[in-house]
Amino acid sequence: MADPLLSVRNLRIEFPTRRGTLVAVDDISFDIHQGEVLGVVGESGAGKSLTGTSIIGLLEPPGRIAGGEIRLEGERIDTLSYEKMRRIRGKKIGAIFQDPLTSLNPLYTVGRQLVETIQTHTDMTPTKARERAVELLHEVGIPAADRRIDSYPHQFSGGMRQRVVIALALCANPKLIIADEPTTALDVSIQAQILALIKKLCREHGTAVMLVTHDMGVIAETAHRVAVMYAGRIAELGPVRDVIKHPKHPYTVGLMGSIPSIGHDLERLAQIQGSMPRLTDIPPGCAYNPRCPKVFDRCFVDRPDPIDLGDHLAACWLYDRADAGLGSERTPEAMTA
Amino acid sequence: MAAFIVRRLVQSIIVMLAVAFVSFSLFTYVGDPINNMVGQETTMEQREELRERLGLNDPFPVQFARFIGNAIQGEFGISYRMARPVEQIIAERLPATLELAFVSAVFALVVGIGLGIYTALGRESVAGRLVLSAAFVATAALFSWIGAAIVAAVMLAVTFLYRGKWVGSTIMSLSLIGVSLPTFLIGILLIYVFAVELGWLPSFGRGEVVSIGGWTTGFLTPSGLQALILPGITLGLFQLTLIMRLVRSEMLEVLRTDYIKFARARGLTNRAINFGHALKNTLVPVITITGLQLGSIIAFAIITETVFQWPGVGLLFIIAVQFVDIPVMSAYLMMIAFVFVVINLVVDLLYYAVDPRLRVERAGGGGH
Repeated sequence: MADPLLSVRNLRIEFPTRRGTLVAVDDISFDIHQGEVLGVVGESGAGKSLTGTSIIGLLEPPGRIAGGEIRLEGERIDTLSYEKMRRIRGKKIGAIFQDPLTSLNPLYTVGRQLVETIQTHTDMTPTKARERAVELLHEVGIPAADRRIDSYPHQFSGGMRQRVVIALALCANPKLIIADEPTTALDVSIQAQILALIKKLCREHGTAVMLVTHDMGVIAETAHRVAVMYAGRIAELGPVRDVIKHPKHPYTVGLMGSIPSIGHDLERLAQIQGSMPRLTDIPPGCAYNPRCPKVFDRCFVDRPDPIDLGDHLAACWLYDRADAGLGSERTPEAMTA
Repeated sequence: MAAFIVRRLVQSIIVMLAVAFVSFSLFTYVGDPINNMVGQETTMEQREELRERLGLNDPFPVQFARFIGNAIQGEFGISYRMARPVEQIIAERLPATLELAFVSAVFALVVGIGLGIYTALGRESVAGRLVLSAAFVATAALFSWIGAAIVAAVMLAVTFLYRGKWVGSTIMSLSLIGVSLPTFLIGILLIYVFAVELGWLPSFGRGEVVSIGGWTTGFLTPSGLQALILPGITLGLFQLTLIMRLVRSEMLEVLRTDYIKFARARGLTNRAINFGHALKNTLVPVITITGLQLGSIIAFAIITETVFQWPGVGLLFIIAVQFVDIPVMSAYLMMIAFVFVVINLVVDLLYYAVDPRLRVERAGGGGH
């Protein structure tokens, strides 16, 4: 496969506090290829949004990148100065945030905000920039774009505003879009439209998307590959079909069991006992050990690294080949891998 | 929009009527106007005749209506002390007060907004904290000389010894004390330093003034400009600290919002973000307070004008109080109320100019 567009290696994000350092994202690695949608799923506080924010270099102090590296097209971007990174933001990496209602400045027309972004990253004349802005609004499906361009954000509905936000992210034709919970604040019917739009743009422009969400349904609908995060670590990473159909990590298994599906006569949805540990008391060994139904001795001692199971990674000792003695807990897939 | 303006105008008229009522009551019931006008040798018959001639025996509503009728035409009666129409006296003295208020307002706005932005953006920097501490020291030291000097010194030391964020917030909350300091102390201190000790600037009066069509101005002569400096600072300093603190807190608030975060994610320059996006949003609430403050600048001019013997309407009012010159007092009251009402109206209209969300008739119909 070609070189990845974005490559994150051993990324570690820390928050120094008075009672010691909190590790919010702990040693995660993943790649995103051109035109690919990578879903990042996990509970609140799993570190998914922080990962996204650190890629665009907008981690807010006191949070800081304490280790690892982020490369865009092979070039390190985590060590760039604020000004150099600013030129990449919006131009090569676009971003979409959760709440379209608050992402737009209420005092300026959407046209002004689009033109301003376009002119920041290109040397278009104001007239050309405005034409491009109308084009963008049209592309993201805003009817009568040439008239709506002079409207203020409050004159748009939530779904329309999210389309405007997407248009803003697309201004300079970025290679990668970080979409942080892009549909969470929207109605379900609007969600589907926005997801379809993201997929379409991805297909037509070859834009890669890192789709951060807590909604497995959104991932299943949109992503090519999925990374499941738990307590600042990647628990499982693989093609979306694989992960959904044959989840390997007990956390993913639990996550899948908790999604309702039509056509299965389950009496109750399974739920994962307990809750994710706070960053201050992540247990030694595997972070999932207090809640894991298949937990065994080693999980309390050693921290599992992602283990390669073909095209699928899972950070779980159940799949460690060197540890063949504990066969009783193994799944057939792992035995044959 | 039109309906809004009409509603506002009606409200303004009601406010003015209420003030007129107070003003009129002052006229009628504080002391006996006849006693104030005539000498000892006037007989009871002459007094009664004068009372009848001035319409003071008419029923209350008739008198009140006459008062309002006259006020609308700008007539407020004859000053007891100077025996001239009140409106003439005020017209002579108004330019002095308005020029002073203008200078202080510009000083407070420009420096206040500037420092507010600076401290909001540079809140982590030493310079930013220095400005904040200096503002605190300046205000506190004037509040009460010795005690505050000690407090201020301690605060300064604390600021630089500990680099934690809480220091900034402590200073901000303590500088609340500074906001409530008395204006006359600043004036006296400034006179002491710059007029008495250093001898750089005049300690009282307007200096030479030039009269242009009945409007006397101190802007055109060097001595007139010099004379404006100390009273201008005295009158504006309080508003300055208030505006600075307000701009700072609003700006910090706005910088935390999602649209600023999104503006950063769009790769806009810091200048575009801070001055294009953040500042405009900061100004919405700042306009209200600042507008009302401009009204208080004219009203508070009483104290500054007394300290600097500034020949404006404030000083006129104080002298009128000393001599129980009721017509001057009630005219002054009406004038200040009018200034506040007008400023309020302008502030509301400015909102419309700044914030598109208030332009109701366009909202929701964007696609038409």
